[in-house]
Amino acid sequence: MRCPIALAALGMAAIAFAQERPISPPDLRSGIAFAGADVRAMQADDNANPGFLWVQRGAQLWQANCASCHGDAPASMRGVAARYPAYDATSQSMLDLDGRIEQCRVVRQKKPAFGRESEDLVALGSYVSFQSRGMPIAVSIDGPARAAFDRGAAFYQERHGQMNLACTQCHDANWGKRLFNETLSQGHGSAFPAYRLEWQAVGSLQRRVRACLFGVRAQMPAPGAPELTDVELYLAWRAQGLPMESPGVRR
Amino acid sequence: MPDARINIPSKVARGEPFPVKLQIRHPMETGYRTDDVGKGIARNVIRTLTCRYNGEVVFAAQLSSGIAANPFLSFFVVARAPGEMIFEWIDDAGVKGSDRVDVNVA
Repeated sequence: MRCPIALAALGMAAIAFAQERPISPPDLRSGIAFAGADVRAMQADDNANPGFLWVQRGAQLWQANCASCHGDAPASMRGVAARYPAYDATSQSMLDLDGRIEQCRVVRQKKPAFGRESEDLVALGSYVSFQSRGMPIAVSIDGPARAAFDRGAAFYQERHGQMNLACTQCHDANWGKRLFNETLSQGHGSAFPAYRLEWQAVGSLQRRVRACLFGVRAQMPAPGAPELTDVELYLAWRAQGLPMESPGVRR
Repeated sequence: MPDARINIPSKVARGEPFPVKLQIRHPMETGYRTDDVGKGIARNVIRTLTCRYNGEVVFAAQLSSGIAANPFLSFFVVARAPGEMIFEWIDDAGVKGSDRVDVNVA
């Protein structure tokens, strides 16, 4: 009689450890599934996708700044962006991809930082992310990353701003439904850095999250703030398994 | 560094028209916007753009503030001879840009 109880206990422990994701893997849908036909067409054709202007600039910057250590990006950077944000032992903090590039530049190369959301950093980030296109998002939330993950999860569940809305209320509970003229997406960051028609430029996932916070009239953390990196980690975990799309196109 | 992307078929047949696609990274500032403190932002759009195919002008355009940022232009050119296409443009700020592509005629 002890066996079933022990098995049930084991099962519960496994669930607690794995932590159930708000949207089950078969239901995961990239943001492009909720976009209009024109945006989908723009992303589908690499020659029409303006994001590649940034990728191209990133490639030139890579050759000038990164290639002497890291070699050919298509080989050395394959799959790297899919693993970020990740814990960095040197600075003992979570770093997103842009943060990692900045750290490499400032600490290792001893050059002045590009600056968050600067054209050069966005271009380099797009180029590095592009090397992981088609690969599934696979971040680690274990060990030292766990605390950041928990903070990110809490941020996602908390209500923000004058609208008093939490991310989860739109992107988990009501995705696929209409909000005025919009179809609510599942809120995945798999296409970022993405070309956003509203920005007329490529921007990072952090910029997109800030825009969402602006939309609910909440206080926006500064670009590169740890809160945003924590949310990025939670978003990546939520989207685990979705293929990377960067440079995506969004409305 | 040229901030543009040119796309033409890798091989084109002699005497046949082929598509040329060009995209330039440019803010195309309309001149109608103001900044955060209400000061007008000066117009800065690509004024003229010329495409030369073996020295001959095959396409030219005058762009205006009605054209979106990062303009995408597409047109057809008849492949007469192998050679190169040179694109040159200049904006309101006087910044010149150029890019080139080889035309491979079979």
